[in-house]
Amino acid sequence: MNEIGNLNTSTSDRTIGFAARLMKGLHVDGPLLISLLLVSGLGMIVLYSAGGQNSALIIRQVTRLALAMGAMLLVAQVPPNYLRMWAPWLFLAGTGLLVAVLVTGQIGKGAQRWLNLGFFRFQPSELMKLGVPMMAAWFLHRRRLPPSVAELLVLAVIVFVPTLLIAKQPDLGTSLLIASSGIFVVLLAGLRFRMIFTLAGMALGALPLIWHFMRDYQRQRVLTLLNPESDPLGAGYHIIQSKIAIGSGGVFGKGWLNGSQAKLEFLPESSTDFIFAVLGEEFGLMGQLVLILLYLFIVARGLYIASQGQDTFSRLLAGSISLTFFVYFFVNMGMVSGLLPVVGVPLPLVSYGGTSMVTLMAGFGILMSIQTHRKLLPQ
Amino acid sequence: MIGNIALKDHWREQRMFVSRVILGGVIALVLIGVVVARLINLQVTNYEHFSALSQGNHVRIEPLPPTRGLIYDRNGEIIAQNLPAYQLELTREGVKDLDETLGRLVSIGLVKESDLERLTGLILSRRKFEPVTLNYQLDDQEVARFAVRRQEFTGVDIRARLIRQYPFGEITSHVVGYVSSMNEADLKRSDPSAYAGTNQIGKLGIERAHEANLLGKVGYQENLVNAQGRALQHTPQQSPVAGDDLISTLDISLQQIAYEAMGDRRGAVVAMDPRNGDVLVFASSPAFDPNQFAQGLSRSQYSALQNDPGIPLFNRALRGQYPPGSTVKPLIALASLQYLKENPSKKHFCPGYFTLPDGKHRYRDWKKDGHGQMDMREAIAESCDVFFYEIALELGIDKIHDFLVTFGLGSLSGIDIPGEKPGLVPSRAWKKSAFSRREDQSWYPGETVIAGIGQGYMLTTPLQLAEATAIIAAKGKRYRPRLLAGTRDPLTGEVSELPLEELPPVTVDDPYYWTIIEKAMEDVLHGPKGTARGSAAGASYRYAGKSGTAQVFSVAQDEEYEAEDVPEHLRHHALFVAYAPAENPEIAIAVVVEHGGGGSTSAAPVARKVLDAYMQSYKP
Repeated sequence: MNEIGNLNTSTSDRTIGFAARLMKGLHVDGPLLISLLLVSGLGMIVLYSAGGQNSALIIRQVTRLALAMGAMLLVAQVPPNYLRMWAPWLFLAGTGLLVAVLVTGQIGKGAQRWLNLGFFRFQPSELMKLGVPMMAAWFLHRRRLPPSVAELLVLAVIVFVPTLLIAKQPDLGTSLLIASSGIFVVLLAGLRFRMIFTLAGMALGALPLIWHFMRDYQRQRVLTLLNPESDPLGAGYHIIQSKIAIGSGGVFGKGWLNGSQAKLEFLPESSTDFIFAVLGEEFGLMGQLVLILLYLFIVARGLYIASQGQDTFSRLLAGSISLTFFVYFFVNMGMVSGLLPVVGVPLPLVSYGGTSMVTLMAGFGILMSIQTHRKLLPQ
Repeated sequence: MIGNIALKDHWREQRMFVSRVILGGVIALVLIGVVVARLINLQVTNYEHFSALSQGNHVRIEPLPPTRGLIYDRNGEIIAQNLPAYQLELTREGVKDLDETLGRLVSIGLVKESDLERLTGLILSRRKFEPVTLNYQLDDQEVARFAVRRQEFTGVDIRARLIRQYPFGEITSHVVGYVSSMNEADLKRSDPSAYAGTNQIGKLGIERAHEANLLGKVGYQENLVNAQGRALQHTPQQSPVAGDDLISTLDISLQQIAYEAMGDRRGAVVAMDPRNGDVLVFASSPAFDPNQFAQGLSRSQYSALQNDPGIPLFNRALRGQYPPGSTVKPLIALASLQYLKENPSKKHFCPGYFTLPDGKHRYRDWKKDGHGQMDMREAIAESCDVFFYEIALELGIDKIHDFLVTFGLGSLSGIDIPGEKPGLVPSRAWKKSAFSRREDQSWYPGETVIAGIGQGYMLTTPLQLAEATAIIAAKGKRYRPRLLAGTRDPLTGEVSELPLEELPPVTVDDPYYWTIIEKAMEDVLHGPKGTARGSAAGASYRYAGKSGTAQVFSVAQDEEYEAEDVPEHLRHHALFVAYAPAENPEIAIAVVVEHGGGGSTSAAPVARKVLDAYMQSYKP
């Protein structure tokens, strides 16, 4: 049928048709893939400048991206049912590894995050970025929603045990993301507003407790946020320099490769956590808005996929992954622009560094799987 | 669907889910709106502010250290100068493989293996274009060793800087002092901005006392940096102003002779010009090499100096406090002339001992069989103890105190280097305040007796002895001793001399009193029975002096003291004071040799060598 129809169409139409079939066959969601590639492309451009025009850096980042895309494709082939069945095992394995890291973990960057498996080193906390929302969604899958108080307690254990284990490493940024991903599952499951406000109030009351358990450098980051000028050469240096970079970019920026803050190394960690400031300096408000719109499109597409999900597990998981992605870039932008404490969350797909990119793309693979494995149901 | 309540209601759940997703999306939009508002605030509202700050970040202010002033002796000989030294620097961005480069530097001996870890950390902590010093002190051989391999070490280079150097080394260490890296205490007592770029500060002696003159003024340059952070353009905002050169009163050739005459013995030599207070010699032995301090002393070198039994870090000329012994006798004699109107020709009989009126306490003369009949001149020349026991008792301790302090004993001389000790001239009032136990507070006549020969509580520094001798030589005229004669502007060469500081003179009722004392002191060296006549043998000029022996431990009342039988550390300190030439004094000198035994035998020859050297160029 198709062959006949295509006789009269142009070559480009045929190409599009071919591409569409290929993407469907590979379980790829076109809009998501394209927007992810656009963000990554923009990221490469900024990274090239931020990293001091080092092409080796870009090659490494492209390699990593390719690897992450491969992981995404791989996950996209797995039907959501299988993901659901694996969820508890993934979660248990991840929690076990977190404990193992705390017990035997090697010290890297002053924090115990890595597990040496002999041939490669691996961060179990990355596993839990997907493991926690999957487990929470699995737990709620067959239950009547919204969850009861008893069920909430079980969910609290599912979410906060890994969160605390990771916070103890200490990796505040990741534990924050993992806690959010779990909480989003619960919120999307229809937790009553009365309950939400009660819990939020309790969380607010627990703030002093959290303060008590924070490390000195973590407290310092919070204090510095409140008054960065108090310590301009110490903890406040990042925020001050980052604000200068963004602010001096103006509406249209200083132009690509012309940002002096990063070039002169006034801006620390300019190719990793603070790369958003480089974007702001060189491309101005406009460049940042483009990136924000691309990110928002990805979130929107993810939420759309979630709302089209055919079972509770798929919906909750897809919704959580999309909203967690939002938290990812929101927290990074917030900290770089001096709205939030510096918690060490990279700008997704833009910051240099690969440990989190694979997990991130695997998450998008789950979204694609959910979108492309839908069965036609009778209305 | 007819529902059991417990069953899941998929449609309802889906509707609820969608509403939650929409709510989540709205909240996300609101939150990102806050971020956008923040960005607009930074980039639009406050654009000017941040743009200006960013511009400021293009310019780096770099301090330009001034050149430290040189120090000359009174004859224009340099005693502290700045020499170029070579240091090895590494700039990270020029180096391909840091570990490998450092490893090769270790293998050719330019970097210590033990420093590797520290240096690597230091290099990584700096910006990649900032040079890091690997080795502060390359000798000529090391410079050559590196120079032939320079092309193998991209990113590593040799840089010259100035370091302080003292050509006379340990000969001048105590008086000229040294410069060294600032420590916390230095930072507290000085303005850190004045030391930007130098970090070296005078620690001792002239280097410390006249720091303000020597330092100069730090300059600044603005470096405009390009995109790589390299300085494109140096705009000198303010050139550094070199410190003033100092012209010291020291005569370095005399200083050298004095230090060498001390040999490996411990002690001090101070010589000054009675006509103006200029300190010509200020030597303390043993000493240390100030160049080690200026180049940076290792911990082990420093602790070796600290633990040296000779205490080389101790400035004996300034801080050593010794009983003056018999060197105080001319002053006691003068006091008796002034206060008792003592007839100088009156004979006192010396049987070899003195007994207090109470008949119980007996004080021995150093000459066991006694000196026989002694007038004042003979008593000084032969250093008869009994004579001075008698007149001291007659004077009383308070008169002795009042007279000695007018010669500067017991108080700081006010010489222009820091750290001086005051010594001690005892009195009744002093004893009352110095002791807490009541029975210790009262003054005993026996203590007055031994004060007459400079023993007991009395303590003087070599500097004070020289000053007191200078006052005798100048017949009462007194000048504040000084080490700095003037300063010289290094640019114009213009010398500004410091004014002399004349102090209230010592006055006696009859100027003839001075002559009596001076003649007696001449007899010490040139008289037929003078105690130090041996040391004056063959002198082509006449000089005046007084030897002294200060007890380190007390000899029991009827015990005899034989220097040979006593271990060195318990032997008496040898002292000698003198001035020359006798008729028209130009130099007064004090010598202390710790545990040297007799003053005339071990201290007087040191003085003779210095005076000989001085008198060689003497023109009447």
